[in-house]
Amino acid sequence: MRPFLYVLSFLAVLGLGFWAYRENYATQAALREVADLQDEIATLHESLAIQRAEWAHLNRPERLRDLAVLNFDRLGLMPMEPHQFGRGTEVAYPPPPSLADSVSDLAIEAPVDISGTLDADPEVQSP
Amino acid sequence: MIRTPLRPLARILHARATGASPDAIERENLRQRNEALRERARGRAQLRLLFLCICFFSAFTVVGARMGMLAASEPMEPRSAGAANAITAGRADIVDRNGRVLATNMLTHALYVQTKDLIDPARVARELAGIFPELDAATLERRFTDGRSFLWVRRVMSPEQMQAVHDIGDPGLLFGPREMRLYPNGQLAAHILGGASFGAEGVDSAEVIGTAGIEKAMDARLRDPAQAGTPLELSLDLTAQATVEEVLETGVMQYEAKGGAVILMDVRTGEIAAMASYPSFDPNDRPNPLADPKAEPGDSGLFNRAVQGVYELGSTFKIFAAAQAMDLGLVTPDTPVNTQSLSVGKKRFTEFDNKNYGPTKTVSEVMEVSSNIGTGHLALQIGAERQQAFYKALGLLDPSPVELVEATGARPLVPKRWPDVVTVTASFGHGLSSSPLNLAAAYATLANGGVKVTPTLLRQSEPQLGPRVVSEQAALDSITMLRRVVTNGTASMAKMDAYAIGGKTGTADKPKRGGGYYEDKVITTFAAVFPIEAPKYVLLVTLDEPIDRTGPEVRRTAGWTAVPVAAEIVRRSAPLLGLRPAIAPPALDGLTAVKQ
Repeated sequence: MRPFLYVLSFLAVLGLGFWAYRENYATQAALREVADLQDEIATLHESLAIQRAEWAHLNRPERLRDLAVLNFDRLGLMPMEPHQFGRGTEVAYPPPPSLADSVSDLAIEAPVDISGTLDADPEVQSP
Repeated sequence: MIRTPLRPLARILHARATGASPDAIERENLRQRNEALRERARGRAQLRLLFLCICFFSAFTVVGARMGMLAASEPMEPRSAGAANAITAGRADIVDRNGRVLATNMLTHALYVQTKDLIDPARVARELAGIFPELDAATLERRFTDGRSFLWVRRVMSPEQMQAVHDIGDPGLLFGPREMRLYPNGQLAAHILGGASFGAEGVDSAEVIGTAGIEKAMDARLRDPAQAGTPLELSLDLTAQATVEEVLETGVMQYEAKGGAVILMDVRTGEIAAMASYPSFDPNDRPNPLADPKAEPGDSGLFNRAVQGVYELGSTFKIFAAAQAMDLGLVTPDTPVNTQSLSVGKKRFTEFDNKNYGPTKTVSEVMEVSSNIGTGHLALQIGAERQQAFYKALGLLDPSPVELVEATGARPLVPKRWPDVVTVTASFGHGLSSSPLNLAAAYATLANGGVKVTPTLLRQSEPQLGPRVVSEQAALDSITMLRRVVTNGTASMAKMDAYAIGGKTGTADKPKRGGGYYEDKVITTFAAVFPIEAPKYVLLVTLDEPIDRTGPEVRRTAGWTAVPVAAEIVRRSAPLLGLRPAIAPPALDGLTAVKQ
């Protein structure tokens, strides 16, 4: 019994040592990865900040105003002014559908298959 | 402890009986006692030795284990566990009320030289001078070779310039990373933002400090590492600010003015939605202050007329006399006031251009025509002390509390004594100078139902609950009077269909440096409240030395200069601020006309 216990505890120590060794290196690898990720996050944050600054710079009101003037032919953008506001009642209703439209809705353009089978009524069928 | 007697009686008697010596028994017992004592002492000493051994053993084990761990482990910088990405920028961004960036940081590099590593100082100096036009090759070479080991060359540079320096390829040229403050909108809101520069500089980093405006006033907040991630939210609306600046510039050009200022302020929260001063500057490249001591401060673009400018603001003050007289119950809007003549001591007061408005006018009409004499009579009824206390309560006599570093220096010029003559002149804004921002805040107080409003540049979530300065009824009557100034009085150019504006004009002669006033130089001001049915914003426009040449004669009054600019600002910015215009009914088409 006793030698068996000795061998068992020796094996246990061996196993634990191996486990500790692996954990140690796994931890070190994880720490290295965290450091790399943090470096990457910092770089990304930096470029995000630069892009945000660039976005703000490109969208500065002065430039947008100039662009609106330059592209007036295509876009027709005007500064917002009070006369551009309106009431809901000023919005026209859609035009009433004309006779031709209603006729074309009714017109049969393709043959419609109206034949089919009736599902058997289960209540009648079942004995 | 039980002591064994040295001479036990039984043994002594027995010894005597047998003829033995009782002293031998005593010596024997004494020896035994000494031996027992010695045994006990030795045991205790051994115990102590053992304890000491254990202590030393543990201590040396700990030291040895620590030494072994240090020797066996890899050397490593101590690192903070997690959340290291929270601090990315040294200085917090500044954004407007909708989150659009007004100021941010950009990574750039500074250039320095380790002279002992330079291989060919003459060539490096020559090439650097080629890249940076402000450097001089000869001076640079002299500084490289005069024995110093370290030299700053540039504080910031563009990526292209950095590449060019790289291409020189000398090991003595080194770069240090720098966080640079960047204002992506250029000149927009320059006076509010102020500017920033480098403080203490090291090779690896430099301190960015605010030099003016809100950058300096809120420096501690912006530099606080705990709040570096949260941008500072201003009350400004970027779009409204851009519109206001554009209209102001056009107005200044059109009326050939030296400069001008505009303030657009929310009357309930005290938030400044837009504040502009013309001429302006670029905070990315802040110019130096004027060196010439004789130059007027207003000549420099750095000067913020809205906050730093302390002017006699003229007739815009008249509404305060009316509001206070109504608040004290002295008059109602329909009380007739003498507009014929007013003399205090030897001083006789006249109207603008020596006009005559007849014997009496109601308080409301006095405001409409802007009668100096009528207002003077109101002020005399109020009295000097109450008038002074009222101006103080409105904040007209103190520097503005707004979050700009320039505001604290702009102390209003208040007469030391306050006799009746001063009471009369102060009632129409002469002999008393205050900043446009103070005036805007005072108008906001009237528009806010008489509850004091403090101007602020930081975004607020709730209306202000200040002390009451004027009764609600008096404030309402004053606003109605302001509306009548536009519909029937001096500010008729502010009439428009879309928005109902109320306001008061003011035209003040500019004081000369040595005393007295200029004949042909004025400061015109228009203080407006809109929309009049439920006041939401106060707009203040000030133009410095404007001239209107459109008519047959040259006109300089506010009604012809500041009022049209203000009307244009309302027309352009009110839709942007989410105010619904009054919509004119559409032209009747044929069908509707027939139906009716």
